[in-house]
Amino acid sequence: MNEATPRRRFLARAAVIGGGALLAGCDRLSHVPWFASLLGSAESLNLAVRKVTASRLAMAQEFSAADLSPSFRSNGTSNPSDPRYQTLAAGNFADYRLEVGGQVHAPLSLSLTDLRALPERTQITRHDCVEGWSAIGKWRGARLAGLLARAQPLPSAKFVVFHCADSLDEGGSPYYESIDMDDAYHEQTILAYDLNDQPLPIANGAPLRLRVERQLGYKMAKYVMRIELVDSFAAIGEGNGGYWEDQGYQWYAGI
Amino acid sequence: MTEKGITASSATADRVYYRHTLPIRVMHWLNVIAFFVLLTSGLQIFNAHPSLAWGKSSYTGKPPLLEIGARENASGQPIGITRIGEYEWHTTGFLGVSGGASDPQQRAFPAWATLPGPQWLSMARSWHFFAAWIFVLNGLCYVAYSIASRHLRRDLVPTAADRQSIGRSLKDHLLLRHPTGEAAKHYNVLQKITYLLVIFILLPLIILMGWAMSPWLDSLLPGWVDMVGGRQSARTLHFVVAFLLLAFVFVHVFEVVVSGLWNNLRSMISGRYVVPPQEHADE
Repeated sequence: MNEATPRRRFLARAAVIGGGALLAGCDRLSHVPWFASLLGSAESLNLAVRKVTASRLAMAQEFSAADLSPSFRSNGTSNPSDPRYQTLAAGNFADYRLEVGGQVHAPLSLSLTDLRALPERTQITRHDCVEGWSAIGKWRGARLAGLLARAQPLPSAKFVVFHCADSLDEGGSPYYESIDMDDAYHEQTILAYDLNDQPLPIANGAPLRLRVERQLGYKMAKYVMRIELVDSFAAIGEGNGGYWEDQGYQWYAGI
Repeated sequence: MTEKGITASSATADRVYYRHTLPIRVMHWLNVIAFFVLLTSGLQIFNAHPSLAWGKSSYTGKPPLLEIGARENASGQPIGITRIGEYEWHTTGFLGVSGGASDPQQRAFPAWATLPGPQWLSMARSWHFFAAWIFVLNGLCYVAYSIASRHLRRDLVPTAADRQSIGRSLKDHLLLRHPTGEAAKHYNVLQKITYLLVIFILLPLIILMGWAMSPWLDSLLPGWVDMVGGRQSARTLHFVVAFLLLAFVFVHVFEVVVSGLWNNLRSMISGRYVVPPQEHADE
């Protein structure tokens, strides 16, 4: 066994150095565009598997009042600094209008009163943040399907884009998000105006936030000001379909 | 697979035993790479919310089970804090605060243990889900191959004789006494039990608990996540099982090193293992 000793020492040292070098190498690979997009290809695989395994109509779990989180955590923006938003907030959103446009037959401009008159849904659901935490809240809002029935999307419309009043970076690029038509027409997809039986607080997205219960929290845009139907989101923001998507997060946030 | 010469000759060439088939070797090393990426990217993902809770949500009114954070001491220096239940430890340098005295960073797991090193949640998720696909597909291939090739029945399921040698095997392991001769050609009983636990309990559990965190997979059968107490319980179990697997890796590598590092390593690379000669009988 003597002849193995230097080899052994070499291997032991190689294992320690190798572990560190491996991580450093992987770190460098993260910055190589083709490799990053290879890693990102898992997202397409997830989306493809979702399409064959899950019904378009599959429902997110709903909970009972006993499961409600004592207070619903606010994340991202907690109070948009945009002066127009601040003016609307000062007037308790009486002058708020949700604009609905893009590839629709009938563009809409809806007040909160109009929105509350649309077909509504109340649901107690779990909000899963991409960071790892979850909170359970009771949401009441207008079904997006009902709103779309009034706006009448053109057959070419493939995505619904939500433009928001807040921005998370210093450059002021506004928050936005997008979902496909399967999620848009899903029964639990609502534009929420109440949280836990109270008007939606500013910290949680007043006056209107999106709920897409089968995806992660960053899809659920707060402070929604305008809805746009498009056949492609390539021309919006940096073209990835959302504020966080433009920072490298997955567009399909079902995982 | 040659049987001749083991007792008659001590020449190394005669004692070469073909231990691992090519598919097993390929799948073993694929698994090593996937596990390494999953563990390190998983620690980076954990850093985004360095807290573990039990229940359907993180905010149930009960304190978290485990929390890693930082606070400033009297002189304004950040100190790392790890809290499990009511107990709290100062873990500066490793957990909570790391990166050296000149440039202390407030982060749960240190940069040397995470992929990517710097805080980068979206890239860690890309690594994690890509590696997860390889890990799961590779694992399925392994199980299918092990059943079809009878590797499972022949090499992994303990025999009646094995079941009676648990005590002796335990003693041998603690005394670092390793099998020689014919016995070295087979897994020992503790090894078999450990491999079966890892393959059929821990690995399926960690995969299932990973799925439990996905809002999409939760919607396939709403409520299934409550079987383990809820989504945050599943996240906690995912973390705990990851560390049980890490503990397995440490013990596995330790045994590989103490029972003949080069010989073992070669048997997982080329398949060839030199059976240690039976020099003296204990019984």
